[in-house]
Order: sequence, then C-alpha cells, then structure tokens
Amino acid sequence: MNLDAGDLWTMATAACCSVACGTLGCFLVLRRLSLLGDAIAHAILPGLAVAFLLSGTRDLAPMLVGALVAGLITAGLSAGLQRWGGVEPAAAIGVVFTTLFALGVVLISLVARSVDLDPGCVLYGLLEFVPLDTVAVAGMQVPRAFLWLAGTMLVNLLAIGVFFRELRLVSFDPALATAMGISVGLVHHGLLALITATAVVSFEAVGSILVVIMLVAPGATAHLLADRLATMVAIAAAMAALAAVLGCLAAIWLDTSVAGMIAVASMGIFAAATLVAPRHGVVARWCRARKPSLQTAP
Amino acid sequence: MEAWLRLVTLQDANTRVVLLGTMVLGVACGVVGVLAGLRRRALAGDAVAHAALPGVCVAYFAFGDGHFGTLLLGALAVGLLAAAGISAARAVPRVKEDAVTAIAIGGFFGAGLVLSRMAQDRPGGHRAGLDGFIFGKAASMVASDAWTILAVAAVVVFVVAVLRKEFTLLCFDQSFAVGLGWPVRWLDQLLMLLVCLCVVAGLPAVGVVLVVALLVIPAAAARFWTHRIRTMLVVAAFLGAISALVGTAVSAILPAPAATGARGWPTGPLVVLVAATLFTVSLLAAPDRGLVARAVRAWGMRRRVALQHLLRDVYERLEAAGDLGAAWTPLSLSRKRVDGVVVARARAAGLVQRDAEGWRLTDRGQAEARRVVRAHRLWELWLIEHADIAPDHVDRDADELEHVLPPSVLAALEARLRQGAATMPASPHPIMPAAPGPGLAP
Repeated sequence: MNLDAGDLWTMATAACCSVACGTLGCFLVLRRLSLLGDAIAHAILPGLAVAFLLSGTRDLAPMLVGALVAGLITAGLSAGLQRWGGVEPAAAIGVVFTTLFALGVVLISLVARSVDLDPGCVLYGLLEFVPLDTVAVAGMQVPRAFLWLAGTMLVNLLAIGVFFRELRLVSFDPALATAMGISVGLVHHGLLALITATAVVSFEAVGSILVVIMLVAPGATAHLLADRLATMVAIAAAMAALAAVLGCLAAIWLDTSVAGMIAVASMGIFAAATLVAPRHGVVARWCRARKPSLQTAP
Repeated sequence: MEAWLRLVTLQDANTRVVLLGTMVLGVACGVVGVLAGLRRRALAGDAVAHAALPGVCVAYFAFGDGHFGTLLLGALAVGLLAAAGISAARAVPRVKEDAVTAIAIGGFFGAGLVLSRMAQDRPGGHRAGLDGFIFGKAASMVASDAWTILAVAAVVVFVVAVLRKEFTLLCFDQSFAVGLGWPVRWLDQLLMLLVCLCVVAGLPAVGVVLVVALLVIPAAAARFWTHRIRTMLVVAAFLGAISALVGTAVSAILPAPAATGARGWPTGPLVVLVAATLFTVSLLAAPDRGLVARAVRAWGMRRRVALQHLLRDVYERLEAAGDLGAAWTPLSLSRKRVDGVVVARARAAGLVQRDAEGWRLTDRGQAEARRVVRAHRLWELWLIEHADIAPDHVDRDADELEHVLPPSVLAALEARLRQGAATMPASPHPIMPAAPGPGLAP
C-alpha cells in the first residue's frame, strides 16, 4: 500500500476532526447528552437549506451561520419540550430532529434543480476530496479543510483546558457547582454552542452522520478505560486519532468511503473496549465474578 | 380541482396504493412507537433504521439485486443484530444507553457507506439504492410494497393486541415482570423485532430518518391525550394514519414547485411535517396535559390562592378585636401579595364590600374566611403534632397545601386532632406583628 501526500492530508484532517469532536464529546457522554449530538448533526441539513434560500449563495459563511442556528434551535427546542411539555428526553430529541430534517428535505427539493445542493454530500461528507481544495500557507499547499479543523481542534482543547474545573464540576456534581458559584446553565449552553460549531465545521469534510459517532464513540470508549476526567479526555483524544488513522488506512486499502470506514473503526474500538477494558470490561468483570475474593467491588 | 377529484374518488391506482401503504405504515409505527417510547427507547428505532443500510448491502453482495424482498430481509437481519448489540452493551455498567445508541447509529451507517461504495465499484454493480433508502420514494410505491406493509402491520398489531398486558408490565414495572418469572429478555427482543419490522417495511417508502419520525412523533403526541395505555395505542395509531393520509394527499395535490421539474413534493417529509403539526396541536391543546390547559389551571389556582390569602389576612387582623364585621383598609394588611386587584376581585365575588368607614367582609366573606383560616390552622396543627415540624416553620408549609385541601381531608384532620367541626383552633404561632388573640368563636 502506497500513501501519497494527498492520503496523508486526508488522514491528518480526519484526525484533527476526530480529536476535536472526541474530546468535547467526553462531556456529552458524561452528561448523558449523546443523542443531542445525533440531533444536532441531523438538523444541519435544514440549516443549510434555509441559509441557501435566504442568501442565494453557497458561500461558506452563510452556510455556517445557518447550520449553527439550526443546531442551537434543535438543542433549545428539545430542552423546551422536556421542561415544559414533560416529554421524555429521547422522544423530545426524536421529535425535533426528524421534523427539522423533513423540513430540510422539503426545502432542498424546492431548490434542488436550480442549485447543486446535494443532501448526500451533507450526510456522507467529502473527505476524499479534502486534498483538492488547498490554500498556500508559508509557501506550502495546505488543504483548506485541514486548516479549519486543526483550528477547531486547538480552540476546543484550549476551551477544555481553560474551563476544565468548571466542566468537571458541572459534569459530576451540578449541585456543588451551583453552590460554588458556577452557572450550570452557562457552562451547559457554552458546551452546546461549542459542540454545534464543531459539528458544523466538521460536516463539510466528514458528513453529518459521521459527526455523531466522532462526538460520542471516543468519549464512551475512554469512559470504560479511565477513572479520572483528565485521563479520560486524553484517552479520548488518543482513541479518536487512532480511529481516524485506522479508518483512513482501511479505506485506502479497500478503496472505499473514508468517512464510513472511520465510523466503523470508531465502533470497533468501542466494542473492543467494552469487551476487554481492564477494570470495567465484560471479560474483566467476568473473571472477577468467578474468582472468590475478599476484595469489595470498586 | 381536477387533482382533488381524482384523489378523493381514488381513481388513480397508484395514488390508491400509496395512500393505503403509508396509512397502514402510520398505524403500525404509531402502535409500536408507543411501546418503545414508554420503555424509554424511543430512538432505538433510529439505530435499527441506520443499521438497515449495511443490511441491504450485505444482502446485495450475497444474493445480488434480483429481488427486493431479499434486500429487505438483509436489512431486517442486520437491524436485529444492531438491536441485540445495543441490548448487550447496555448491560455493561459504565456504558450509557444513549451513548451506545448514538454509536450504533453512526457506526452502522458508516458500514453502510463503506459497503455501498464497494457495491458501486463492483463490475456490473450499481449503487444499491442507498439514497433511495435514506430519503425514501413513496411515490414510486407499487402494489407489492403496499402488501408487504399491510402484512407487517397486521403482524405488528396482532402481536401487540395479544401481548398488550405483558408489554404494559414490561414498560411500567420491569422488575415485577421479572419477579413473576416472565421471560422479560425475550419480550424485550420481541418488541425490538416489532420495531425492526416497522422500520424495514417503511424504509423504501419514507426513508431512514422519516420512518424514525413515524415511530416517535405520533407516540409522543398520543401521550398528551391520555394516561391509559390502551387509549394511547389507539390514539397513536390514529394520529399516524392521519399524518400519512394528509401528507400523501398534499404531496399528490400540490403542484410541483417550478424548480424541481416533474418530481413533485416529496411524500415522506410532508407526512412527517403533518405529524409534527399534529404533535404541536397535541402539545398545546390536549385537555389535561396540554400547555394551554396547564396554563389555565395554574392561572386559576393563582387567582384562588391570592383571594384566600386576602381573606385569611383580613380574618387574622380582625380576630383579636373579636369583630369580623369591623372595617379595615387594604393598606393595613400585612402581606405584600394583597393588592388592589385582588380586593377588587373579592368585591366582585361578593366577599367584601365598601362603605364610608372602609372595607368590610360580607356575611359570605366571613364564612369563607373562617373556612380558609380553619383549613390553614388544622393543617398547621397536624404538621406540628404528627409530622414533627417546629411551630415557627409550619406557616409556610401549610401555605402550600391549604388551598387544595378537600373537605374530606379537613374532616379527617378534625377527627385526628379531636377538634369539633364548629370550633376555630387558635393559631399555633404568633401572627405578625401583633400577638395572637384568643380563638374567635364563630
């Protein structure tokens, strides 16, 4: 198998995207908001459609704004349905994102022939074509998507580093956080805004469905492997990068969809961790249960 | 106009098939969605639906695209695999259910992408209709598709009707079902099988995301209308059918938007938008749990509470003097929550009246004030004697319940506290700012 420069750029872009999503996703997993990531990723479609209808162009800026607004509307509506309507969390999320998605399909069918706005691209992503769209940076041709995603990754890591204490308190003990003068709502909404922005930047490269698994799988995997939050975030970043690299290599080897293969790799890593994680995995628990011991369960 | 006529008279064989197919699908999805939703697994269908995509591709690799049915069987098999995988992973304590569902959605969809790209690249192969499965093509439904949906719906409704009691217990009290020795795990898998059947039957017509909508939205809407599971099943089936009917009819009637050429309005998304409209109506207007009904109830309650606070204030002010008919002014009352609007409403209700010296309670007002204060004090005494709450704390606790105490509870309180029905108990704590007077005999 020969890797050319384009393949390496694809791999680097995928890794940046995966790490950006996966580290933030730890908090999504801990706060049991994983399905909200799913909903936000689906709601990007109507956001793009409305942005196109309003602006009449396919420029990046209105598209990003439209998708961002749609993601925030999804989060707000499903939270409102839960709080005021008494609808269960999963059902509320399901109602909101399927409705918005249907709206998106209808809107796109209104403009479909006049413009090349392919719902397929939104869902599947164009990771293979990342190396084709480059800008010159310091005399080197660098893919535009790589710059965007690397920037997003840095912003996310920086945000997690700066607000680590707040995020930890809000994730594990919201009551204590409130007592210590941290606004749980502010942290929650800041996290959601950051996740929506990350999903929006990512979807163009990797497709909105892949964003779902990139957000959740590394965090869920790391949760099985780590007992401290800092370790968990670090492991999530490592697992995210591993999934991206493995997925890219497998896709190039089999000559198939890179985004799809990264999703499969992420799910595979998660499944493996579920089985063989040293303390919380199925095998370890089974061995502990068989071995009579005076040690109490942790 | 002509389009209307053709639709209403069902002249068009194709329209007939599509209407019937989507409507029956709406019924089946509504029924199963209620059970899945009550089991807090509303989005399990989402994972199953995304898992159907690799299923279609696997069947294509194994059997070629000779027959549509084999593709659907492949979808069913991999969908069941996904459901079983989610169930298995959920048993691991550190793994959270929502995370597993999200991972299954993304992972299986990714597998579908990988396999469909490989199918596309096979010599002689073509794209195994992945786009068609994602967005659905209801308008191209043929009679055999409608028959498949009809058969699936018949099986689903039959199973739910036969096992309604078992499923109800599974949804509401799983541990009790385990205690009874029921095969809970198998019941759970059966429910997931029903979800899979609905999803696979609906995929070709409305697509992945929108079949999830049919599973989730009518069921969520039905919860607003009733507390009884049997009614809920019927309401959800009805809402699902109506959404499908109206959505399909609208897409058949509306003139195709100029930009799309001859393609017309997409049926599946319109069905979902109709369902979402019905959900919004239910959310707002349902008689008991709807937002409007709840707001009206809360408003009425606030009004009643404010009025009763006024009466209690006046009573406690006049109690020391021993004359309930004495004049008072609203400004002399202690509480901030007594305002002019409340006094005006009490006047309109004939509870207070105004003369040259100021305001007075009418006879009816005096009787009502006595009743309110009695309820408050009886409840306070009960809290002190039986709930061990300190006398200086009971005032606010009593405030929260006194307004909703029914006469039967008051009678029980009287019996417990051995207070005759006619006497007014003394306040157990000082009434601010003055010291309490002796109990006022009515």
